[in-house]
Parts: sequence; structure tokens; C-alpha cells
Amino acid sequence: MNFRRVVYTVMTVCVVIALAGLAWIWRPAIAPIAANAKVVFDRKTINRGAELAVIGNCSDCHTKEGGPSYAGGRSLPTPFGTIYASNLTPDPDTGIGQWSEEAFRRAMHEGVDREGRQLYPAFPYDHFTNATNEDIRALYAYLMSLAPVRNTIPANELNFPFNYRPLVAGWKLLFLSRANLEPDASKSAEWNRGRYLVEGLGHCGSCHTPRNALGGERKDSAYAGGVADGWNAPPLNASLIAGHHWTVDQLAEYLSTGWHQQHGAAAGPMADVAKNLGQASKEEVHAIAIYIASLSPQGGGAPSTPAAVDAGNAANARPEIVAIYNGACAKCHNDRNTVGPSKALPLSLSTAVHQQEATNTVRVILNGIQSYRTDGGPYMPAFDGMFTDDQIAALAQYVRGRYSGQQPWTDVRAMIAKARREGAQP
Amino acid sequence: MTISLKVNGKSQQVDADPSTPLLYVLRNDLGLHGSKFGCGLGQCGACMVHVDGKATFSCVLPIAAVGDREVTTLEGLLEDGKPNKLQQAFIDEAAAQCGYCISGMVMRAQVLLKEKPNPTDEEIRHHMRTNLCRCGTHAAIMRAIKRAAVA
Repeated sequence: MNFRRVVYTVMTVCVVIALAGLAWIWRPAIAPIAANAKVVFDRKTINRGAELAVIGNCSDCHTKEGGPSYAGGRSLPTPFGTIYASNLTPDPDTGIGQWSEEAFRRAMHEGVDREGRQLYPAFPYDHFTNATNEDIRALYAYLMSLAPVRNTIPANELNFPFNYRPLVAGWKLLFLSRANLEPDASKSAEWNRGRYLVEGLGHCGSCHTPRNALGGERKDSAYAGGVADGWNAPPLNASLIAGHHWTVDQLAEYLSTGWHQQHGAAAGPMADVAKNLGQASKEEVHAIAIYIASLSPQGGGAPSTPAAVDAGNAANARPEIVAIYNGACAKCHNDRNTVGPSKALPLSLSTAVHQQEATNTVRVILNGIQSYRTDGGPYMPAFDGMFTDDQIAALAQYVRGRYSGQQPWTDVRAMIAKARREGAQP
Repeated sequence: MTISLKVNGKSQQVDADPSTPLLYVLRNDLGLHGSKFGCGLGQCGACMVHVDGKATFSCVLPIAAVGDREVTTLEGLLEDGKPNKLQQAFIDEAAAQCGYCISGMVMRAQVLLKEKPNPTDEEIRHHMRTNLCRCGTHAAIMRAIKRAAVA
């Protein structure tokens, strides 16, 4: 008797927990807006949304290379499989044309789509949850003002069990919470503005903060450096990687032009961020720079004058590699303290050459730096196909020894192979 | 220093500093004037040749890096001394205005057609973005590549 009662009780408790869990996971669909509904916002709100969209770098993920802006379809490789970015144009069938402002706000704040399905956190709602309703309204106004593009997005290719969307609710329980962004009265209004943008729509931590095994940002190591599209996103909480720190003005220039003469060019995914931030107002970018600089102990101090350094560790290099460096690299990367052609810097100023892993140096050699500006921005040809893998590895070690003076890298060949697998193409 | 190079199927010995760009050796030592010197910085593509079948800026490729890889220049594309299909398509479409970029354009396009015999317009644009033409003959270059693709 007693045993039976225990079993019943346990079963009842289990059912109640399961139902409560389902109720907690379940989100209702939000009614579609009518097909002929005109979503009308004033021009000022739309323009404001356009600026917030560039600060959020939205077009980068939501545009397939060579495809129409914001029409989605770009594949995002994750450790859990491939996710395809959604279509943010107001097409009613394949985009967000049926989404009400409330549905859009819920997606941004809670990571749930209009139909009530859990969205994967490749969409960084763990940051967007910090955006104000007013800003989300402006973004919505902007996206709904775009020309609708019919573009059906391929189904995600996620490994079991990650292809089961309700699991995302568990992820959110662990990693989705609003940051306490109450203004810090001890800091300037501009710093507070920068924090709001960086922690919110700017979602800088998505790349610059390391992630745990479940793909959540490790808040105990905020801005300690992460990974983005196979590139190493450098730490933002220690600005002395290449021996000289960033000032606020340097950061602001770098963020809005993709280049600074003491720090070099934004490469890899950061090039797209800079391309977008170049369209934001100077005030917003400056606020972002103030906050980013405040993340590191040395950031924001007086400018230093870095000197180009030749650490000399070149004596042991193979003569062939020295000849390759002199013939190919030194045309732009000189040993004097000056900017070379194509805005190339002395390599002793390069963050990539000083990083613990060869990843970024290898990727820059393979992919080069593609210019997106028409006013003579930084450029480097892709050396993929010009040099053998053996030469690229030796060249990377050569610049490492000569211009950082640090220990040689390990696994350079493996990083070259990985970069090639992930599509290093000029 | 004497360095051996395989150019257009022939073994060649050149006496030059190992850091010398391949382009200089092709033009000055081997008399192959198809490849042009444009920017000298790997930005414009006028110097493009094939190294082991890959399109390569010869102006920033030191001869020390070439090793025993096979170099092919515009001259090396000739078949029985006559323009090959792609070269003939450039002639037929009158794709050259000043002509300075054309050697590089042909070399670059040849690699694409080898990989994708029938590329889309988008694939052609994407592939050819490393090569610049100051005269603006891009539309004719596009037609020439498409003509060679379907011919």
C-alpha cells in the first residue's frame, strides 16, 4: 500500500514538473499582422533604426555573400552544427513581413520567434535583451521599411540533440539574463551610453568573451578574448598585446575606419564591424570607444609612441624564407617606424604577431585584407596559392621571432590546414 | 645566385637575387612581356601568372618561393602558337582598350574556367575582383569569359 502511494506520488510530482516545464518553455504564437497592413513609422525613427542596425552589425550575419542585404541565408558554423541566418526583410512568407512590433521585441529580448519557437543563441539575444523598447521599435521600423526580398532560408543542420529547439529554453535559464545596466552615476554619461551599446546591440562580447562548453559566454572572463569565424578575437580587457595601449581616440578611429596607424587594420570578421560602424555617428562610436577603453587597466591613457622593433631573432631562419620576406612582405611592412604602401604597419606593432596563437597571422597571410573602402583603405593581397603551406608556416614563425621576440608558435601547420578547410579564398 | 625555374614547360636558369619578384625575371631575364607591371604591390592583377595552376600575383612572388612549381604566363596559354579559346574570346569581344590589364584578366579567368566551365555572372564577378581595369572594359571582359565558357 505504502509503496503504491509512494509511486503515485512520485509519478504525480514528475508529471507536474514536466507540465510546469512545458508551460515555462511554451510561448504562444503572436498573431500575424495582416498582409495588407501598412506599417508606418516616421522618417526619424527609421533613420535611428538604420544607425542602430549598423551598430548591431546586423547585416553581417543576415546577408549572404553577394546576396541582397538583410535577406539572410548566410551559414554560421557553430560547434553544434550549421545555422542559417534568417531573412530580416519584410517579405511576408520568408522574412518578417508578418511580424508585429511585439513579436520583434520578443525575439530581441527573449529569443522566441513570432510563431513561438525557441531561437538559437547564434542570434545574440543574450545581448539584445539589454536594448530598450524604444531602440527595438526603431530597428523594427527600419527593417520593415526595407524592400521585401523573397528568400527561403535553408533548414539548420544541427547535430542531435541540438536540433531539438525546446532545449534552448534550458540554455536561456543558464545564460539569458538582463545585465544590470542601471546608469553608473560615478561614470560619465558617455561611458554609460557606451556600456549600453557594447553590452546590448553592439554585442561585442559575443566574439571577444570566451564561451563555455554549452556556448554560453563565461561572465567570469568577460572580454578576455574569444573566437569569431575561426579568427581569434583579441582580449579587450588587456590592451598591451602588442606592447602599446589603445587610447580612446585611437579606438574610435579604428572602429570607424577599420585602421589605425599604431594598431593596423581590422581583419576577418572585425573588418565588417568597422565597415558598419563607419556609418554610425561619431558620438556613438566615441561612446563605444570610451567604454571599451575602460575595460583594460591601461586603456584610455595618454598616447604612447610605439617604436618599430626588430627583435633580431632572424639569424636562424632559412635563407629562402628571409628572401621571401624581403621580396614579398617588406615592400609594404618596413622596419622603419612608418606606414608603408596599402597602409601596412611595421609588424612589431601587429596584435596578430604577438598573440599566443598563430591563427590570425596565418589567416591574414592566406586571405589578405580585402579593401572595402574607395579612399585608399588598408589592403593586403591574399598569399593563398602563392606560397606553399611549408613556406607560410616558416614565414609566420619568422615574423613571430623577428617582430615579437616571443617563443615560436605551435601547431602552425594545423592552423593553416584549418583555415584552408574553412575556405581561405581571396 | 643561380636559380632554376620551370616556365611554360621549359626549365630556365636565371642569375638573380632570390628575393627578386618573379615578374622582373619573366620580363627582364626571360623576355616574356605578356605579364605587366602595374602597382607592384599585388593590388591590380596586371602581373598575374599561374603557379602550379593557381592564379598568382607575380610582382610580389619572390623567385625563392617558386621552387620546382610550374609557372605559366600568357605566352604559355598558346596552343600550337595560336591564341587558345579564352584568348580568342577576348580578341573576338574586343575586350581590350589600352590592354594593360588584359594579360592578368586572361590568366585569372583561365583558372576559373578550369574549375567551373560554366560559371554564373556572380561567380565571374567574385572571381575577377582581384583584377582591376582602369579603362572600364569590365562588361566586355565579362562577355569574353562567357563566350569562352560556352564555346
